[in-house]
Amino acid sequence: MLPDRGLRDPARSMSPAFLFLLALGLGLAGWLAGRAKARAFTRGADPRRVSARPGYHAWFVAIWVALPLTVFAVVWTTLSPALVDQWVLASPAAQDLPAFGFERQSILAEARAVASGNATAVFNPAAQGLVEPFREAQQFYSLIGLAFAIAMAIILGLWAYTRVKPAFAARVKVERTVMGLLLLASLVAILTTFGILASLVFETIRFFGMVSPIDFLFGLSWNPDPMANAAAPQGDRYGAIPLFWGTIFIGAIIAMIVAIPLGMMSAIYLTQYASSRWRKIIKPALEILAGVPTVVYGYFAALTVAPAIRDAAQAVGISNASSESALAAGLVMGVMIIPFVSSMADDSIAAVPSAMRDGSLAMGATQSETIKKVLIPAALPGIVGGVMLAVSRAIGETMIVVMAASTAANLSANPLESMTTVTVQIVALLTGEGSFDHPATLSAFALGFVLFMVTLLLNFIALRVVKRFREAYE
Amino acid sequence: MTVIHEMDDTADPKMRARDVSVFYGDKKAIDDVSIDIPTKYVTAFIGPSGCGKSTFLRTLNRMNDTIPSARVEGDIELDGENIYSSGMDVVQLRARVGMVFQKPNPFPKSIYDNIAYGPKIHGIAGSKNELDEVVERSLQRAGLWNEVKDRLGESGTALSGGQQQRLCIARAIAVDPEVILMDEPASALDPIATAKIEELIDELAGRYAIVIVTHSMQQAARVSQRTAFFHLGKMVEYGPTDQIFTNPLEERTKDYITGRYG
Repeated sequence: MLPDRGLRDPARSMSPAFLFLLALGLGLAGWLAGRAKARAFTRGADPRRVSARPGYHAWFVAIWVALPLTVFAVVWTTLSPALVDQWVLASPAAQDLPAFGFERQSILAEARAVASGNATAVFNPAAQGLVEPFREAQQFYSLIGLAFAIAMAIILGLWAYTRVKPAFAARVKVERTVMGLLLLASLVAILTTFGILASLVFETIRFFGMVSPIDFLFGLSWNPDPMANAAAPQGDRYGAIPLFWGTIFIGAIIAMIVAIPLGMMSAIYLTQYASSRWRKIIKPALEILAGVPTVVYGYFAALTVAPAIRDAAQAVGISNASSESALAAGLVMGVMIIPFVSSMADDSIAAVPSAMRDGSLAMGATQSETIKKVLIPAALPGIVGGVMLAVSRAIGETMIVVMAASTAANLSANPLESMTTVTVQIVALLTGEGSFDHPATLSAFALGFVLFMVTLLLNFIALRVVKRFREAYE
Repeated sequence: MTVIHEMDDTADPKMRARDVSVFYGDKKAIDDVSIDIPTKYVTAFIGPSGCGKSTFLRTLNRMNDTIPSARVEGDIELDGENIYSSGMDVVQLRARVGMVFQKPNPFPKSIYDNIAYGPKIHGIAGSKNELDEVVERSLQRAGLWNEVKDRLGESGTALSGGQQQRLCIARAIAVDPEVILMDEPASALDPIATAKIEELIDELAGRYAIVIVTHSMQQAARVSQRTAFFHLGKMVEYGPTDQIFTNPLEERTKDYITGRYG
């Protein structure tokens, strides 16, 4: 009963799923027609003299049917709700709607839900009169859309079908289309990054219109008040140095003190000492560790490590140790980063030609001398690059610090004290009470922008270092 | 196998191999080879690719230990001491039996540090002055001193291929070994660099026992005093180089020398 509902109820015939099936069905028809025609003229011909195999002709027709239809469906389903709303608002029933605000929106939403079958009855009687105009408008626009879509698919399909001839280079066209799709796919991530950057920059500029960048970048006190008067922001409350310090202290100092030695040692063991059977077990195990969701590490940090550190500190007579210490967050983050450091160091050491190792061993060097004096110096650039990538990941890491670090912005070098990081503050400010255009909320974007730029720079330098290292041995 | 016994220099060989077989997993790469390596002469191993000559060379300083699947049977002695016995320290063995590889493999360190590497790890030079002397002497013996004396701080990998190989020879000499093994040391070099390496081997021959694996029969004829011909994992013939090249006793040796196969 469900599958043909789209056809029987025109209001639902422009649903994305239906259009997708339509594109698929018409595309298949085009594919079969194109192949049949091409088969007719390739039969008996010398296969090396035909410019394209029948399959390519079939795909050529199918692409011309389905691709424009899909593009049209995406455009139309985004445009038509606005057109429907316009139609409804122009109807006589909409004249006594409240002019603005929340109530007006909720009445419209209710009527829309009933009209499209997502709800069975209206709650607000004012919406009842709007249901019928909504239904009419939806029917009207989906019929237009459907008719246009089918007409377009048929016209383009026929045009493509007439081009299917022995001399037509369908293969080139199809391959070019596929290449275009691949290019589009690779651009999505890059364009999204630019979009993120643009939105960050926009909000950051708004924030710097209220608080001076000098106060922000060099101020020593971080204490934004989302309830304060937004019209008169206090620049001295937005000094981000304690956050930068907390981020570096936890992510780049404590975490790296844990991750660099342990990661290096595990890489040395795995590349130089482990038997190949043992290596086959440990290496994937380490890589699985890299896939553990960071929120799980967060639990571990908050519930196990942090209390243990506080108790240990109290046991040796340090009474003011915080239960949300920088040390707990940093230690657990360091453990989380071990697989990154270890896997980069592993790759770098393995990339050093075995001739180096043989040369050193043949001089009568022991294995540990060979590792210390030849392999690690030779692999150092790759290892440094790996560590920089790890730092960049650690300072952008959010969940562990949200759960284990505090929100108090302390500027201190005592690892037992509570500290906060840039990412913790971003989460706190954006999920807080402040309105969206308040400087306290906007400061989250400025923090995000700084974090984005720093990690971008770190990654950029790290990748260049690693690239130069690779070139040195090729 | 034919061994000519009337040579007086085998009376007190530097190294002596008896019934040596080498396996890679189940595959036998060397089959029952016995040979005496004389002191202060150049011994060449020749034979077609895959005949096991490089494998056998690597058993002489236990470089085969670095290949997990390799297994050695039989006895190899250095000055009468079995190098595969449990009492033999492989680190000391390799300090006494140095090796130069087919492809020059200087460390990515300065020229000076490349040479100083061995003396440092073996504690040969006590002071900076002594170390300087060792470096200069080794480079001089390898015929590289005049070319690099003004740029000892530059990276060893920046030298030309022939210079790199002489650097590797100098590196091996620096720990003052008794035997130097060379695994096709000139096969990656152009004819001029090759000529220099051969000249160098000639000069070093009076001081060290040298064993060289080579593909080039002309090279074996030019630099060596004794030649061993390997084929299919077996040593076919071993004797004075002149005799191997002019009047071999074995038919297979003759076929190889005259270019009928290989």
